[in-house]
Amino acid sequence: MGFGRYVLHRLLLVVPTLFGVTLISFTLVYVLPGNPALVKAGSLATPEHVAAIERQMGLDRPVHVQYWRYLTGLLRADLGESSSTGRPVLEDFRQRVPATLELTLASLLVAAAIGIPLGVLSAVHRDTALDHASRLVGVGGVAMPSFWTGLLLLYVFFYLLGVAPPPLGRIAADVVPPTRLTGLYVIDGALTGHGTALLSALHHLMLPALTLGFAVMAPLTRMVRATMLEILESDYVKAAWAAGLPRRRVIYGDALRNALIPVITLLGVIFGFLMAGNVVVEMVFAWPGLGHYAVTSLVTKDAGPIQSFVLFVAVMYVLVNLSVDLLYGLADPRIRLR
Amino acid sequence: MPWRRLARNRLSFAALGAILVVTVAALLAPWLAPYDPDEPDAAVALASVSVRHPLGTDLYGRDQLSRLIHAGRVDLLVALSATAIALTLGATLGAAAGYRGGWVDHLVMRGVDAVMAFPAFILALAITAALGNSTANVVAAIALTHVPIYTRLIRGEMLKARETEYAEAARTVGNRPHQIVLYHLFPNCVPPLIVQATLAMGFAILTVAALSFIGLGIQPPQSEWGQMTAEGAGYVVSGEWWLVLFPGFAIMLTVLAFNLVGDTLRDLLDPRMRGVR
Repeated sequence: MGFGRYVLHRLLLVVPTLFGVTLISFTLVYVLPGNPALVKAGSLATPEHVAAIERQMGLDRPVHVQYWRYLTGLLRADLGESSSTGRPVLEDFRQRVPATLELTLASLLVAAAIGIPLGVLSAVHRDTALDHASRLVGVGGVAMPSFWTGLLLLYVFFYLLGVAPPPLGRIAADVVPPTRLTGLYVIDGALTGHGTALLSALHHLMLPALTLGFAVMAPLTRMVRATMLEILESDYVKAAWAAGLPRRRVIYGDALRNALIPVITLLGVIFGFLMAGNVVVEMVFAWPGLGHYAVTSLVTKDAGPIQSFVLFVAVMYVLVNLSVDLLYGLADPRIRLR
Repeated sequence: MPWRRLARNRLSFAALGAILVVTVAALLAPWLAPYDPDEPDAAVALASVSVRHPLGTDLYGRDQLSRLIHAGRVDLLVALSATAIALTLGATLGAAAGYRGGWVDHLVMRGVDAVMAFPAFILALAITAALGNSTANVVAAIALTHVPIYTRLIRGEMLKARETEYAEAARTVGNRPHQIVLYHLFPNCVPPLIVQATLAMGFAILTVAALSFIGLGIQPPQSEWGQMTAEGAGYVVSGEWWLVLFPGFAIMLTVLAFNLVGDTLRDLLDPRMRGVR
């Protein structure tokens, strides 16, 4: 199969999956306890008033009609309304996505910057103290609940050492956020030359990014170590040694490049970790992102945001897995045959 | 290098020991716990670690050690029931899909795809929210998100096994399909199932704890490790560390133990992986 046909094949497979995803996200809210009309009407509303709102929201129509309305609404980028903020969910999303994105990117950076070198060193210096330490990080990192890591970091760096800010959001209360260009405070602060905002944003980002980064680092380190070990035993690396190529070039040039290919397959898993981690870490640090929004909506039984959050994450997940398959098909032509 | 194998085994034995200790503590909680876990004692509210209260007390003066031991019952029970349900359901579906093939296979696998289109934790969170917060619903949510693992595993094994000569032999002597699957093919699938289930236990505990931490899972006054951590979270910034350290440590220790035992079992069953991980 040529690469073009492979791409087409994979793209077509995404359509039914996305359809299934909307069906599930619709069902979740359809069975959600509590009547959204009742929530919207308030506690003092008369039954007639509630019925009127139900009609207005289309809640009195048959299920398939409601699903059709939901689906056509999605195509018009209508994600419904949040009954607690009283605004369209899409608008709330627009405000919160940058916060989540900033945290996610920063933790990916932390995970890659520490995890990949650690995995490589651990494989190269197999069975040394360094290797044992890195394996401990690998198994321990997966077992540590990220809310716990976050709280421990807070205790040490905020309470004991006093070097971290209190867990109250993305920027100090007395600092004006930078002009919105991308919505990422660190980047906007740097682009607009707003030094105070940049520093404050970095300061607030430190612990949440470390917490989430640590959770993601564990599988990454394990994977890099395992593939590096395999590759270091392979014939072409042995040949490179025998040919007298410099050590650094063999390890970081030939071996590492090939060891990073299987890491692509890990991206889907990492994205899942990140989304789960985001929800919890945003709660610990009062980070005003999507996860925080979703949990507060869950507590108030606000259907619109929950539905959209689940849908958003699932669509992103499907797309990440699609790109993983495509990237892997590009890197390893054998995959396309399956 | 035998000493390394030995060290590895010692670690696995320690992990097995940890699982045993946590399980026994959970089973014997009412007899082991030094205090009534729900008994408030205003005189010792927010007391730090001491001889009388080895793990300190919470805002109401409840003994943390007793709460921790009782909470373990919930965590283990939820994880165990979710794993058992997921395993039974997943294995049945996987066996049907793999052995029958055809439309059964298609139907089952599209269902699996739909579930796997969501990150597991997010789906568990959504299901708990939709069904309402109760222990049974948390079990259902975690079980559902784990079903695909077993379905895919058993389906793959069945696809391989149904073409083997012993399967052919079993068919020739006139066994019915369910007999072939159950008595001839399934026994070979048991080892990988055990490995998966052990690893899934750790993941299930993490999920219960995280759900309860954000207020969706196990509800007070029932104590659970994640929910205990959540109750202590507000005190970390004022220095009451014991409310967070111990329940989180219990989660980590238990999950770590299940993961280590699972890894070792996998190594034992699949010698090719020995030394790589």
